[in-house]
Amino acid sequence: MSELTTDRPAIKAGEIAVRNVCKSYGAAHFSKEVVKDCSFTIERAKLTVMIGPSGCGKSTLIRLLAGFEQPTSGTLELNGERIEGPARDRLVLFQESALFPWMTTWDNILYGPRARGELTPQTVELAEFLLNKVGLRDFRKKYPTQLSGGMQRRAELARAMINNPEVMILDEPFRGLDAMTKELMWEYYSALYEENRRTNFFVTTDIDEAIFLADRLLIMSNIPTQVRTVLEVDVPRPRKLADLVENDRSNEIKMQALSILHEEAMKSFSRGSKAAADFVDAYSKRVKG
Amino acid sequence: MAIRKKALVSSSLWRGVVSIAVFLVLWEIGSLSKFWIKWESFEWLRNALTGIDLKPVYLPWIGAVPAPTEVLHAWAGVIGDAGYWQSWYMSFFRVMSGFVTAMLVGIPFGLLLAVSRTAYGVGFPVFEVLRPIPPLAWVPASIIFWPTQELSIAFVTFLGAFYTIVINVVGGARSIDVRYFQAAQSMGSSQWDIFRRIILPGTLPSIMVGSSVGMGITWNVVVAAEMISGGGSQDAGSSGGGLGFFIWNSYVGGSYEQVVVGMISIGIAGYVSSELLRAVGARVTPWMRLR
Repeated sequence: MSELTTDRPAIKAGEIAVRNVCKSYGAAHFSKEVVKDCSFTIERAKLTVMIGPSGCGKSTLIRLLAGFEQPTSGTLELNGERIEGPARDRLVLFQESALFPWMTTWDNILYGPRARGELTPQTVELAEFLLNKVGLRDFRKKYPTQLSGGMQRRAELARAMINNPEVMILDEPFRGLDAMTKELMWEYYSALYEENRRTNFFVTTDIDEAIFLADRLLIMSNIPTQVRTVLEVDVPRPRKLADLVENDRSNEIKMQALSILHEEAMKSFSRGSKAAADFVDAYSKRVKG
Repeated sequence: MAIRKKALVSSSLWRGVVSIAVFLVLWEIGSLSKFWIKWESFEWLRNALTGIDLKPVYLPWIGAVPAPTEVLHAWAGVIGDAGYWQSWYMSFFRVMSGFVTAMLVGIPFGLLLAVSRTAYGVGFPVFEVLRPIPPLAWVPASIIFWPTQELSIAFVTFLGAFYTIVINVVGGARSIDVRYFQAAQSMGSSQWDIFRRIILPGTLPSIMVGSSVGMGITWNVVVAAEMISGGGSQDAGSSGGGLGFFIWNSYVGGSYEQVVVGMISIGIAGYVSSELLRAVGARVTPWMRLR
């Protein structure tokens, strides 16, 4: 891997505070409350992972953090300043690839600098560096449809990181990838994080992914969503995939997290959710076995 | 892999050649029925035709069409004729001028409707009322409106492509995934940048679809318009009024072989224009053929 010869822009890590945020959709008594009095912080230079049952309102929180939508009440602040719209200091990686299909990998990565008129030799060099880092050097001239799912996600990581955001927000970025590719992506992603230590906020439904990546783990309640518990994942870095099986601390945290998720699933199961039924079933088998 | 692909192309080409050959042979046999149906061995067929109330002189429909050999003969007669090529040129020129004008007006208009809510609110209802009017219904009006016949034909041709292009541009621009806008916005794009680098390329595939459909309609319209308006410029003479007029003129003159020559000429002309458009499309939307 080539190292950079010029100075890279310094990493500026931001901190986000979410205070008493409520968000509901629809008018009057037809309205559905998705987020209710939700408060948490995304700590500076840490990787915060949010996990919760599917359909619990995690994606709504992402849209609020990104500034695509405004909360019904409560505030979201980045470094003490209110979030009022989308901006480059908070970049979002979406559930499915949002690479521009009409641009090559290279043009996709350079989109941000070009849009802002910041296409300097340093940026081009940084793009080159990131392209190598995510293992896509030979695919720079390919269009997104010519890349595999894993490659697309990696190209998107590079496209986001070149903008040097204060906070990276990732909405189930590795969903839909097969198990092997997913593990490879965890390694790429955690290596990038460990090198830069910018503030990351990562949303997932996969418990192994959460334990492997997180510094802090936010476990969400059922809809309307709130933070149920915060767990500090104090497993030393760099982590290995084998830790997921062998490290006692990892397993301890995982069991703790699963039992809380189980309680939440039971609550929605009692309200008739079919997705929750699957989870309750799977959990009871795992605990007995 | 490459070898298999090559073989596939040549086998589909081969199938195409066979299909055209079989079609021509059947056509030849069918239209020559006026000769062989008189033979004694075909008495059963003659009786069957009489049974369904037809004069047993030739097969229905196909028997009335000039045979391919006769058409070829007629074609050989006009191929050296400057008037025939003048007809080609006139029709091509009309199609292209109408089509290019429709692109130049339709694409910006469609994009405007797609990006501005005000423009959509004001422009779209009028557009939707005018759209169902078939271009040919405009022929009398455009003869009245425009000073020359040439302009009125060009106008009707323009209408043929215009509506399709606009509808496709509006639909294409509006169906661009919202995540592309969100991603572009969070990376610091200006409005102009989003238009230039997201909306425009995102709409290109729909523009190409609209154009190829529009091109087909343009050929339909130009031929009919030429027939109705009598071939455009009056001083062009009997054979200088475009392929539509060439057909009409041959019909009036009783040369049915030449009617078929004109029809096939339009088929070839339409095919050539579609192929040209496809080549342009593949060049401007390189990411589309790689799926």
